[in-house]
Amino acid sequence: MYQYDSVDFLVNEAEKNNKKISELILKEQAERMEITRDDLYSKMEKRFEVMEEAVKKGSMPGLRSVSGLSGGDAYKMKCQVDRGENLCGPLFGHALTKALAVSELNSCMGKIVAAPTAGSCGIIPSAVLTIMEDKNIDRKDAVMSLFTASGIGIVIANKASISGAEGGCQAECGTASAMAAAAITEMAGGTPRMISNAAAIALKNILGLVCDPVAGLVEVPCIKRNAMGTANALTAAELALAGIESRIPVDEVIEAMKKIGDMMPSCLKETAQGGLADTKTGRFYKKAGFDL
Amino acid sequence: MDVLDIIGPVMIGPSSSHTAGAVRIGKVAVSLLGTKPVKAEIMLHGSFAETYKGHGTDKALLAGIMGMEPDDERIRNSLELAKEEGLEYRFGKVYIENAHPNTARIILWDKDGRTCSIEAASVGGGSILVKKVNGMNVEFSGQYETLIVLHEDVAGMIAEVTYFMAERGINIGSFRCVRKEKGGAAVMIIECDSVVPKSVVDEIRKQPHVLSCVRVEKLK
Repeated sequence: MYQYDSVDFLVNEAEKNNKKISELILKEQAERMEITRDDLYSKMEKRFEVMEEAVKKGSMPGLRSVSGLSGGDAYKMKCQVDRGENLCGPLFGHALTKALAVSELNSCMGKIVAAPTAGSCGIIPSAVLTIMEDKNIDRKDAVMSLFTASGIGIVIANKASISGAEGGCQAECGTASAMAAAAITEMAGGTPRMISNAAAIALKNILGLVCDPVAGLVEVPCIKRNAMGTANALTAAELALAGIESRIPVDEVIEAMKKIGDMMPSCLKETAQGGLADTKTGRFYKKAGFDL
Repeated sequence: MDVLDIIGPVMIGPSSSHTAGAVRIGKVAVSLLGTKPVKAEIMLHGSFAETYKGHGTDKALLAGIMGMEPDDERIRNSLELAKEEGLEYRFGKVYIENAHPNTARIILWDKDGRTCSIEAASVGGGSILVKKVNGMNVEFSGQYETLIVLHEDVAGMIAEVTYFMAERGINIGSFRCVRKEKGGAAVMIIECDSVVPKSVVDEIRKQPHVLSCVRVEKLK
């Protein structure tokens, strides 16, 4: 059984056994849960299907959240990409559309997979599905990449936190972004070492990000931060696949994230008392209640 | 934590604490009542009280009370569904000393006037902690199959119930018994490693001095 207290351990195991990180984790987790590998793979595949469905539903026009603060932006982004007018081209445009779609569907009380949390649920599906579609990667490899993402996520959860209330948004969208970067690096054929570099770079880039939900809702700024988390995952994977290394090893980045989270005042950790929640407009939305 | 926790649960948004956890709190409340509720009074504390409308926490709690799971897409329409099903409900705000910010107090009634109450907190990631059952302090998470035995505080009750379970091969993971006052109402919270069959629940319920016995199935 793995302790899941070090990403480096997972990388070393993979190198030693000449296996993908995802294969090792699938095997170890199936043993831990006392089910077959095929059963566990099917369970993950069901989650993958929920992610695909969420992208579809979330990109439809006319979505509106309970509070009225969000909805419809994924559709706007999709139209821009479909017209071929988005600045950074189709791959990037599709990734942003998917991230907004899943995250907006979440705020509209649609069905999503918390990955690792509901607030950050758009990042992993958008990165994985975009790369699968754009690079014609086998669906099975895409589902498997979620096991690699999980390995990174469990280590972060054990060593630091994945909760905005405990560690700020760096713990929530930061973890999702690191998990997504790891997943797509593996999908693109990256080595286990590249995967750990991708996760390190992604997490490093989001260190210090506060959790400041306007009116306490998982909408502003969360939805657009899902788009950012995806863009960051693509960046980190791209760098790692080029052979660029993180000077600070991933396990130390995770420790740094934990320390930063501990130092962060509680007004910046999901309490809706600081940051964007405490701007003139943020306070207005809070005061206005939710029948906007 | 395993891979299905970190990539999961599958749930209805927007927040694991405010919706998934809230559905689970509602589910525990209705298991405790054991029958179909016709009336629900739901009091919200802290962050639940401040942001429940925007998060749909009210819909989630009511959906749980109607027996839905955290991934049921009908959660969004649960307020309307409750009306259709003849479930009368009322939401209010309450301040509970030293309570977790995401705490709900729920009172349910069935058509025969039977009632039960719970106080529970949604403590993050969809996990919950039940803090009170019928006014008595308890603590259980719903992570395990849980038996709740309400009984009169007389000698030998714990031995009787646990012997009964041992005889049927049910292993107890944790046990807690609390009472309001000596000789008054008491409650046993028994977390078990395996599913407790309905026959066992029924038999415990028939024992002398047992007022009720309900099984709260392990939360999905």
